[in-house]
Amino acid sequence: MAHTETQNILEIRDLKVIYKTDLEVVEAVNGLDLTIGKGKTLGLVGETGAGKTTTALSILKLLPSITGRILQGEIYFDGEDIIKKSENDMQSIRGNRISMVFQDPMTSLNPVLTVGDQIAEAVQLHNPDMSKEQIKERVAATLNMVGIMPSRSGDYPHQFSGGMKQRVVIAMALSCEPELLIADEPTTALDVTIQAQVLTMIRELRDRLGTSMLMITHDLGIVAQTCDDVAVMYSGIIIEAGTAEDIFLGDKHHPYTVGLFNSIPNLDVKSERLSPITGLMPDPTNLPMGCVFAPRCEHRMEVCLEARPGVYEEGTHKIRCYLFSEAPGNSKAGVNLNAE
Amino acid sequence: MNPQKYESTTVDSFKRPSQTKEIWRRFSKSKGAVIGFVLFSIIAIMLLAADFIIPYEAAIKQDFSQQLAAPSWEHFFGTDGYGRDAFARLLHGGRTSLSIALLATFSSAVLGSALGAISGYFGGKVDSFIMRSLDIFMSVPDILFTMAVVYALGANFTNLLFALTLAYFTNYVRLVRSQVLNLAEQDYVEAARAGGSGSARIILSHIIPNAVGVIIVNTTLNVAKIILYESTLSFLGLGMPPPQPEWGLMLSEAREFMRTAPWLMFFPSAAIVITAASINLMGDGLRDALDPHLKS
Amino acid sequence: MYRYVIKRLLFLIPTILGVTLIIYAVMSITPGDPGRAMLGTSALQADVDAYNAALGYNLPFPIKYFNYVKAMVIDQDFGFSYLTKQPVFDEIWPRFLETLKLAFLGVFIAASVGIPFGIYAAVKQYSLWDTVPSLIAFFMAAFPSFVLGLLFLYFFSLKLNLLPSYGIGSFEHYIMPALAISIPPAAQNMRFTKSSMLEAIRQDYVRTARAKGAAERTVVWKHALRNALLPVVTQIGLSLGVLIAGAVVAEKIFSIPGIGSLIVDRIAYKDEPVIIAGTILISICFTLVMLLVDIIYAFVDPRIRAKYSNTKG
Repeated sequence: MAHTETQNILEIRDLKVIYKTDLEVVEAVNGLDLTIGKGKTLGLVGETGAGKTTTALSILKLLPSITGRILQGEIYFDGEDIIKKSENDMQSIRGNRISMVFQDPMTSLNPVLTVGDQIAEAVQLHNPDMSKEQIKERVAATLNMVGIMPSRSGDYPHQFSGGMKQRVVIAMALSCEPELLIADEPTTALDVTIQAQVLTMIRELRDRLGTSMLMITHDLGIVAQTCDDVAVMYSGIIIEAGTAEDIFLGDKHHPYTVGLFNSIPNLDVKSERLSPITGLMPDPTNLPMGCVFAPRCEHRMEVCLEARPGVYEEGTHKIRCYLFSEAPGNSKAGVNLNAE
Repeated sequence: MNPQKYESTTVDSFKRPSQTKEIWRRFSKSKGAVIGFVLFSIIAIMLLAADFIIPYEAAIKQDFSQQLAAPSWEHFFGTDGYGRDAFARLLHGGRTSLSIALLATFSSAVLGSALGAISGYFGGKVDSFIMRSLDIFMSVPDILFTMAVVYALGANFTNLLFALTLAYFTNYVRLVRSQVLNLAEQDYVEAARAGGSGSARIILSHIIPNAVGVIIVNTTLNVAKIILYESTLSFLGLGMPPPQPEWGLMLSEAREFMRTAPWLMFFPSAAIVITAASINLMGDGLRDALDPHLKS
Repeated sequence: MYRYVIKRLLFLIPTILGVTLIIYAVMSITPGDPGRAMLGTSALQADVDAYNAALGYNLPFPIKYFNYVKAMVIDQDFGFSYLTKQPVFDEIWPRFLETLKLAFLGVFIAASVGIPFGIYAAVKQYSLWDTVPSLIAFFMAAFPSFVLGLLFLYFFSLKLNLLPSYGIGSFEHYIMPALAISIPPAAQNMRFTKSSMLEAIRQDYVRTARAKGAAERTVVWKHALRNALLPVVTQIGLSLGVLIAGAVVAEKIFSIPGIGSLIVDRIAYKDEPVIIAGTILISICFTLVMLLVDIIYAFVDPRIRAKYSNTKG
């Protein structure tokens, strides 16, 4: 589908999110900037613990109420800052204009309600005027869309396999034809063969409905298959972003991105050992001054330890690294890692 | 993805020494747990040292000139219908109750855990047989079974111990069995097996350390339950025979004198409740300390 | 589904037989002497022996047991009381019904107080709705039923003269015993329901429901509660043991003519037929209730239901 608007469905600016417990403060997201163009798919890549899920939950304002807190930042959904929205407003957005698919299909569905009921709930919440018949039809259509026989709408979750459960979850998420779909590692918990099926299905549905998508994953292969744009996340911030071509084929990269690519075993090149990135992600309760990746970086310089680097831009490609950018950035750099 | 979120935080058998310190630290953070621990320690010390505080004779010596005396310096808690010192009876009775409770808890834990471990580990027919028998056994309500045993065998320390053990071992069987079933499937058990460990070694060094946490919490809470249960039995006249004092028995005797000497009722009641409550505080604190995940 | 019910019903029979066996066996440890008990101390030894022989008292245990069960099942004949010389069944049946009344009351109060407070404490965790009831429940759990009963008796009967202290004449007669019996299980139920509910609220499917845009109320009542109540059903079954113990003491304290107090009284008289029969009757009832609980659970949890129905999952 051709989109001629240059508007973005989602723009996140300088988002800071913490988890506060009695013992400590976990800085999960530290000045994140993100943009998703309408009809586009952005792949958010990073290791476990980078803050990807926290970002996703923040978009829907589903952080755990006692410990999670959005400290600052703006999240513009179709032009409106949703951080300022009330819980009531958010409820009409969730499942309706923005939907989310979570990682573990085994536990995402309520075991005591039928699959049909759970999908119907999503439909009914956002279409209060629909009659029972119409809802039934919509549920059937949605199930068809994900390749499940509508006759199974009376079945319970435990009667489905992992892959099918995930299809149900996706059906539920797409039942109200949202403008933005957030998929948090939707295939990680599935077998490899099922993974491929589910991914293909997600792509087809996205194309058919014109849904924008935030695909969260640690798997670069999935990114290559499904994403128009990519943002690489590390320790709560985006350290590199661009179109898929920029990231996969570009000649300049953030050292972390290089490390990510290198750690994938290469079938063509004979090598003795795998080359993972040495070290671990910094402790989120005790982040380093300066560049968050500096402690592990081979190209580390003096300036890297002092202040966070600014963003180097080359067209659509943006890298946050002193190897490329001169001046240290500050938190309010306000640069949009725009993909269009 | 491991759906057993609980299991991933259990004690790793290789890190035991520092884990104990960590558990103690978490335990002491909870005010309730510490209060319970201190209170119970005081009670336990007083009861076990009963002989040193006041001689046993005071508990059984009858003196009708002193009948139903109100609390005074001479008799802290007053005297009962036979003129016996209530404070002495409370202490010595408590010692008996506590001893029986601790021993019964220990023996029921050992018996139940052993059965549960066997049942869970070997599975199959052994498991079926044990569980089915357990179901039938548990179909007799505790108190009736205990009454029958005490009636049949007579009421003395050993028989009471035996009856209480039988009443409470069933708690542990299911518990330990499910722990064993869960843990036997965990990857690190597979790894141990792949590394060449035999069954006994697996049970001893991997399964039991992880089950121990749950067993300890339950055992602590069971001590309280058994104290309550045992006092109920002695209230009904099925505890240690007189003149041996016991809290439940004291309450049963106090009934007659409710109007004239109500203190005879209050002190044993308070003793039972405070003891049980302090143990429960400790048990709850232990439970939270052993698995902080369950709390927040 | 019906396969499950039938399966459980069939297992009921060996269970009841097993229960009867256990009780009968334990009680047989002490040698009794029915002939002497029934005919009196001045009766002739020859007559006593004849009586015992006619009763089959000297037969080997398995045969005695079999005869007992046969008489029990076919004729509702539990023998004659050593004390009153009356048929045991006639004595215990009305008292059994009385206890049943009290027990129902106890279960009802324990569930209808414990469960809602537990749910509320979980939903409004850390608020007053949580801290106050939890504190109360904690203390109540340390009071055995008989202590509660005695304290009630003292305050409400003796001091305040509000409620009658014994017997079963009217509604007021049942208040104190019912409370004494139901408070400890209520406290247990409350704590268990709270933790079950907290556990349910933390589950992933609750997060999914929120992500669909469901209101918090719906999330709690429709999604979390239904799952949380499942283990609570089982737990109520388990708390029955405590309830029965409570009933026995309450009957004693408040002089209620139930089967619990009957058994306790007759122990002093070594009236074995009554003790055995009473215990067996309560146990059978207990077993039936546990069965009912299991079946209800199986009905309500679709995962169990499916295990035994045609559409295998």
